[in-house]
Amino acid sequence: MLFTSYAFIGFVLVLLVLYYAVPRRFQKLILFVGNVCFYVMSGWTNLIFMGITILSTYGAARWIGNNIDAQKAYVKAHKEELSREEKKAYKAKEKKKRKLIAALAVILNVALLALVKFPNRIFLFLMPMGISFYTLMSLGYLLDVYWEKQKPEKSLFRFALFVSFFPQLVQGPISRFKDLSESLYAEHALDWKNIYYGFVRVLWGFFKKLVIADRLSVVIATISGDFDTYNGAYIFLEMFLYTIQLYADFSGGIDITIGVAQMLGVEMAENFIRPYFSKSLKEYWRRWHITMSTWFRDYLFYPISITKTMQNFSKFLRAHFGDYIGKRLPVYVASFIVWFVTGIWHGTTSNFIVWGLVNYVILMISEELEPAYAAFHEKCIPAEAKGWRVFMVLRTFTMLCFLKLFDCYQSAGEVFRAYGSAFTFAKLDELVHGGWLQLGMSLADYVVVAIGSVVILTVSLIQRPESVRDQLSRKPFALQAGVVMALFLVTLIFGAYGMGYDASQFIYNRF
Amino acid sequence: MKKSVILRRVVAVGLLLIFILYMLQRLLVPKYITGIVEGAFVAEYYREPDKNFDVIFVGDCEVYENFSPAELWKEYGIHSYIRGSAQQYIWQSYYLLEDTLRFHKPEVVVFNIQSLQYDESQSEAYNRMTLEGMQWSPAKVGSIRASMTEGEHFLDYVFPILRYHDRWKELTADDVKYMFKTEPVTYNGYYMRTDVLAAGDIPEGRPLENYDFGDKAWEYMDKIRALCEENDIQLVMVKAPSLYPYWYPEYEEQVEAYAAKYDLPYYNFLELQEETGVDYSTDTYDGGLHMNLSGAKKLSHYIGPILLENGAADRRDDAALSRIWDEKLVRYEEAASKKE
Amino acid sequence: MNVKEELLEILEELHPDIDFAEEEQLIDDKLLDSFDVVTLVTEIGSAFDVELTAADMVPENFNSVDAMVAMIERMMED
Repeated sequence: MLFTSYAFIGFVLVLLVLYYAVPRRFQKLILFVGNVCFYVMSGWTNLIFMGITILSTYGAARWIGNNIDAQKAYVKAHKEELSREEKKAYKAKEKKKRKLIAALAVILNVALLALVKFPNRIFLFLMPMGISFYTLMSLGYLLDVYWEKQKPEKSLFRFALFVSFFPQLVQGPISRFKDLSESLYAEHALDWKNIYYGFVRVLWGFFKKLVIADRLSVVIATISGDFDTYNGAYIFLEMFLYTIQLYADFSGGIDITIGVAQMLGVEMAENFIRPYFSKSLKEYWRRWHITMSTWFRDYLFYPISITKTMQNFSKFLRAHFGDYIGKRLPVYVASFIVWFVTGIWHGTTSNFIVWGLVNYVILMISEELEPAYAAFHEKCIPAEAKGWRVFMVLRTFTMLCFLKLFDCYQSAGEVFRAYGSAFTFAKLDELVHGGWLQLGMSLADYVVVAIGSVVILTVSLIQRPESVRDQLSRKPFALQAGVVMALFLVTLIFGAYGMGYDASQFIYNRF
Repeated sequence: MKKSVILRRVVAVGLLLIFILYMLQRLLVPKYITGIVEGAFVAEYYREPDKNFDVIFVGDCEVYENFSPAELWKEYGIHSYIRGSAQQYIWQSYYLLEDTLRFHKPEVVVFNIQSLQYDESQSEAYNRMTLEGMQWSPAKVGSIRASMTEGEHFLDYVFPILRYHDRWKELTADDVKYMFKTEPVTYNGYYMRTDVLAAGDIPEGRPLENYDFGDKAWEYMDKIRALCEENDIQLVMVKAPSLYPYWYPEYEEQVEAYAAKYDLPYYNFLELQEETGVDYSTDTYDGGLHMNLSGAKKLSHYIGPILLENGAADRRDDAALSRIWDEKLVRYEEAASKKE
Repeated sequence: MNVKEELLEILEELHPDIDFAEEEQLIDDKLLDSFDVVTLVTEIGSAFDVELTAADMVPENFNSVDAMVAMIERMMED
């Protein structure tokens, strides 16, 4: 189900009414039924996939939890008789069992994900909604239990509620059990502020998505769909507009997700912190799709880079090639794997895989250049200089425009062909002299996009010290009402929806 | 903050918002006064001062451009109205008839059967032009449900602003001028054209894979017939003399068989050229697709006696009705002479 | 040399620009990034002959020098 559909709005309204109308102890039940309905509306086969994930991770986590308890009880009971070595051996033996169970569950779920992600005959048309997101959520939880960072959830119902929580099924974020569970499992009284704040956040998401993203998607589809006609300078326009479009679409969707959750009294982690103000790619990845990058850091990068093998490898390198390489190489190897997997997670075609690797290469180069940068700042321009910071933001944004082009074509070859074509500056004349108006957007549409982007930019600047809603809440009532109403009306009138616009799927829906 | 204060504010904001939305909606919906006027036809009916029509025509452009109620009144004293709109599908005709019966019961219903060839609505734009003008009633709900094409939503009909929000790009002075008022564009549902474009060679229709009318089309044909029977209305079926879209002999056979089966009068004006005197070099304004005023006069002249035969009456002795018509005729004649 | 002193030496070498004795939020304030952490784990591993696992990779263990010392001592006891 798309966020921008009457069905979704109706669904949320009905759910909200029921959620707050029933006695509070039934709220979780209502929510769970809502999750199931939401999922079934997108195809009942989805339930099977999610069911397997829920049961396998729940079961494995429970088993591991019980094993840990049993181990502790055993050690405690036999404190006196066991020698230190015996204790260690016993613990190692038990840990091995837990490792096996955890590994089986991980393999099962990764295989399930791979099954639907890789092009194949049987599951060609089965792409269970949100499987990329809830699989990572479940696996993160399982690993936390395995690492004894998290107590296993005893109730299957409650665990299923976590995995199936509907707002995050459309396009994430990838929630952590410890972040989401507390407010998800609590009983919620109807809180005016939650409803109001959540509503405004949802509205803001719809504004980004309908007014900007969906309007731009037509142009991007036109350019990327016909390289023979739209090449050369068109590619620059495409990258630039797509970079705006993706942010508006993705962060707008997350706004809707978090806003809906807030109306239900559930707190979710933020997924974006003004990413296009980043001064480097590294910083960008701390501010863009945060729940994904931290997931890969915690559950892939750390585990790989501190394995015994990797540590030994590091020692070996140090002995033979010196400290510098010994320190760096393991990190680089682990990063490589992480970016490779991140690429595949986004899509199994070559454009996504190469995209991951290009990210990796840029990050490693800037890592290596850090001393050079430090020297440069010491001698020439201080890193804190305003002009320099602005330059770095613009530089990073330009880099992102290029990187994001990988989303627009089907293979890495096509992307590189597009780069090559762009720098011939062919068709620049045609583009400037009216070509840009032949792509599915009129001058009026461009004006709307431009003003809308300025609004988003302004809001980003205003919200730096404190959320705009908090700032607004201290203003006179008439102003508050005016702003919210204006947001609503602008979205309603200038939104690119309805007949004449393709109901474009959320871009992240595919991943 | 007190609950009552919050409640009052929410209500105040809500009311203000509804008011603004209403104004915006009035501004943004198409007015159909200039340019494409076909969208205004259906709504005009409700403004009629005397809805006790003896004859109701239902159908698409093949009725609203071919029969002139004004001529029927002048010549025969028949009080009639055309409930037709562009590309009006048979289910829409059925529901318009249902809608009409909420106001009065005619003696005769003339239905143009050309829409039998469509089994599904073909375009959202035509749906809009027929459905929007209808007043809300179960008939409208039924008609919308039967008409919606893929991607259309019922809600868009309830709140047209959802459909037309994007018209901010093409607003004109007329959108402001006609926000709350409108002007009649038809003459009792008749759309007057006085220009002439003679018919040239109309090619034979391309062979079709299947000439059978669809199930949905037949279903609504039956419903129209049943509705007329229930209400004691004589149903008359006609096929207008439009040369295009091509009327296949296979179509004709099916309609004739149906008319015979239920003992319904059926007139195919394509075959009655001699009797009506329609001249395709002077009586059509678009090369034979539709009649102009001259053609409509001839068809009205011909169909008048048929209507009288089937239950319509000469009501020129009704003083009140005559006054209404006198007024109507002033506007009608003025337009007829101005356009010529 | 005790654990703390040795650790401080490693840290100074890793990031001469940070005053490790004072900072309490090394991870939460993003003074150390994931690369630093992994390098640190490697260093700690070889300097103190302990073996950190993925389970130890929580911000609380790396936020301050004292937290790291506590973690290392815990492991050395084990």
